Amino acid sequence: MTDASLNSSDAPRKGSLHVQDAQTTRRNRAEARFKGYGIAAILVGLFFLVVLAVSIVRSGAPAFTRTVVDVQFTMSSAQVQAAENELFKTKAYQTAFIDALKTQLDARGMQVEFDNAAIERLLGKIGGDLRTFYAENPDQIGQEVSFQLPASSRVDRYLNGDLTRDDIEDSRFLMKADLDLVDALEEAGIIRGAFNWTFITGTDSGVDNPGGAGLGASVIGSFFMMLVVLVLSLPIGVAASIYLEEFAPQNKFTDLIEVNISNLAAVPSIVFGILGLAVFIQFMHLPQSAPLVGGLVLTLMTLPTIIISTRASLKSVPPSIRDAALGVGASKMQAVFHHVLPLAMPGILTGTIIGLAQALGETAPLLLIGMVGFVARGYPDGVMAGFTEANSAMPAQIYTWAARADASFYEKAWGGIIILLAFLLTMNIIAIILRRRFERRW
Amino acid sequence: MPLFWLILIVLAIAAGGFLLGRQRSLASAGGDNRELHSLPSYYGWNVALKAAVPAMLLIVVWLLVQPLYVGSTVSSMIPDHAVDDNSSRGLVMAEVRRTAEGLDNAVSEGIMTEDYARDLRADITDVTQRLKDAGQIVTSEVTQPILNAAQRFRVMNAAGNLYMSIAAIVLAALGAFWGLKEAHFDFRARNVVEHGIRAILVGAASIAILTTVGIVLSLVFNTIEFFRLYPAWDFFTGLNWAPSFSGRGGSSDLGVIPLLWGTFYISIVALAVAVPIGLFSAVYLSEYASRRVRSVAKPMLEVLAGIPTIVYGLFALLTVGPLLLSVFGRDGLGWMQAGTAVMTAGLVMGIMLIPFVSSLSDDIINAVPQAMRDGSYGLGATKSETIRQVVLPAALPGIVGAILLAASRAIGETMIVVLGAGAAAKLALNPFEAMTTVTAKIVSQLTGDADFASPEALVAFALGMTLFVITLGLNVLALYIVRKYREQYE
Repeated sequence: MTDASLNSSDAPRKGSLHVQDAQTTRRNRAEARFKGYGIAAILVGLFFLVVLAVSIVRSGAPAFTRTVVDVQFTMSSAQVQAAENELFKTKAYQTAFIDALKTQLDARGMQVEFDNAAIERLLGKIGGDLRTFYAENPDQIGQEVSFQLPASSRVDRYLNGDLTRDDIEDSRFLMKADLDLVDALEEAGIIRGAFNWTFITGTDSGVDNPGGAGLGASVIGSFFMMLVVLVLSLPIGVAASIYLEEFAPQNKFTDLIEVNISNLAAVPSIVFGILGLAVFIQFMHLPQSAPLVGGLVLTLMTLPTIIISTRASLKSVPPSIRDAALGVGASKMQAVFHHVLPLAMPGILTGTIIGLAQALGETAPLLLIGMVGFVARGYPDGVMAGFTEANSAMPAQIYTWAARADASFYEKAWGGIIILLAFLLTMNIIAIILRRRFERRW
Repeated sequence: MPLFWLILIVLAIAAGGFLLGRQRSLASAGGDNRELHSLPSYYGWNVALKAAVPAMLLIVVWLLVQPLYVGSTVSSMIPDHAVDDNSSRGLVMAEVRRTAEGLDNAVSEGIMTEDYARDLRADITDVTQRLKDAGQIVTSEVTQPILNAAQRFRVMNAAGNLYMSIAAIVLAALGAFWGLKEAHFDFRARNVVEHGIRAILVGAASIAILTTVGIVLSLVFNTIEFFRLYPAWDFFTGLNWAPSFSGRGGSSDLGVIPLLWGTFYISIVALAVAVPIGLFSAVYLSEYASRRVRSVAKPMLEVLAGIPTIVYGLFALLTVGPLLLSVFGRDGLGWMQAGTAVMTAGLVMGIMLIPFVSSLSDDIINAVPQAMRDGSYGLGATKSETIRQVVLPAALPGIVGAILLAASRAIGETMIVVLGAGAAAKLALNPFEAMTTVTAKIVSQLTGDADFASPEALVAFALGMTLFVITLGLNVLALYIVRKYREQYE
């Protein structure tokens, strides 16, 4: 029957099998197209990754350098005496400095007119710094001292090419005429780029001083927060996972816990911020903006992640280990704590580090518990103060900078992101190394 | 006594108890541990657990209850006439707390003596002046009732802390004593300790439930409070979002519809970016890619998921926004007014979600049984025909689940929309216009020095509740679909 129906086709195939007919060509083209879509999708994804990386590095790199004015400067004790006798002492120091700068420029045969105000716009009020320096180091009086004075952020941006001469409107921050001076200084090699240590170690500056802003204090804040998260979430997470994986009977209560954990893992992070605000600050009156509160909120947020990964690594320990332990007379508890847990430890630590990395980059809950309104202007004194004193955290500090109106802070925000990503990368690499080094395949 | 020291003391008692308990049990067996029911350390642990656990529980409970008790006692102490008409008892209490804290700091800095800070007849102007000298933030007028309440507050708290320390130490000592008495060679220490540890494990597992309960309670109570001040009907059906910060309530329009619209619009744009890219990547990676390509491309894509959202927010604000503006802005097509827009936030959020969609769908496509593919090839279908007509339909429920999970992520995402979407709540169709979302408004209503009793601040809790319910619903639905699908092939 089937043979007959096959043979009855009245359009027998013509031509050779080596030549594709129209339909096969079409199907092959569709095949190639479909494959092309897939490749394109992956390339688009990777393209976004590259664009993101390039824009972070390109915009963030300038935050790590700053422009300094390098001046050789001598002040004799007579000059110091004279300055101290004046009514405006810092101003006298400044005048002395400007004279020295002028002679340096003159020595190179460059004639630029500038006054006190121009220097103030470029370098800030330097007289005070000079005076403190000589007051603290009286032995330097009369000797040649090389000063490296940070230039204002606008000069930075002009030299980076972010700001051109046409963009600048004369203001109390920078006049067009000042740029002649900057050019002259650059030509003379007096002004140059230097590594910006302040950015890494410093604290946040005021709204009008982007140049002096640093991430240091908020790194400390983040560190204390991570300490809280680690100390709380690792033991609690491991204990909860051990219970659920090894001891929990199949009943309603266990189901309830499981459903809760899987739901908490998907709750938006901002909801945890609301929880922190309502419970820790409104209800328990813990201090606002404190790393302790931030750490508690992030602990609750990372617990589900840690529990899920810990359970996976407990599950991967083969049952034969448990059976062997029970067989030689260990109790269930001993089998778990003496044998299963140590074998699962590398996996647990990897999961914990990844959970910590997630918590480190989390911003939204911190906004609600006040870690953003606070401007980190100082380091906490002492370990206890580190937990309870108001501080900022790295992502919160980056957000603060991004939300400021002055575009000079954007560069700081990108720079902050480079530091944050460096931390995350280190943590993830440690996790990968741990996994490679200690993971056992059964 | 600082809490830190109290905890150390309790732990020290427990550690001492451990050593003593061990020793005592061995002594009771005449130094021969074969006579003991359990290993000697179990007797030690029995003492340590009995000393530390009840004392720690007491400290935690005490710390939770004491502020409530002190707060309500002091608050009922404030006479009615001390509460202004345009103020509330809660605000006065906040003032009391600030004053008490100021007094604490002043005492610790040595500006006042402890006796002076407690002196109920202390001169009000002098106290205020001294507080100001100490650099404490005090509002202009610390009134007599407030000062007295603050003093009472301090005294009660100090007394409470003292009682707590004594009670905790006594409890720890009693527990240790009990454990030591039990340390006899025929006591079944291991069984008792293992029961105790099991209870601790159950307690740790219950924290997940406590967290959920905490979230729900903090949302529900504040939301009810909000609906008492602002009608629920107006909140859910209002087409206008215009909170006023001038006075205490009254003239605000707090309609949630524009915020929900902004949230869904941005999420739809994000999904429109993430779903095709993520799905095609997943298909390519699981069906076509060689092992080498897969081992490189998959982790690279997943890097996108590991980047913190603040980075994406900044990327939206400073890179994508200006880029879109230069194309669609006034110099280009003229559709866009500013860098922050639905498109900016949606696009960047889409990038963030690509790895989310791709790795979830990858798992699901891999779970489709090979026999189904082989059957399709056997009938002469090409690879793409197999994928489109066999693999994807089989994986569809799982993929829908993955998309729903991604949607719930997009709806709950905060930093990208705070930085990239703008602040104006609008009901508009133009994707190049700035709009705002539920999450962004939660942030803006709760940051700053808002008074927690005003509807403008409380609305954030109602928004949080809305968000929680929507994302929870999506998650439950997604998990249900995924689970149902899994049952088919296993």
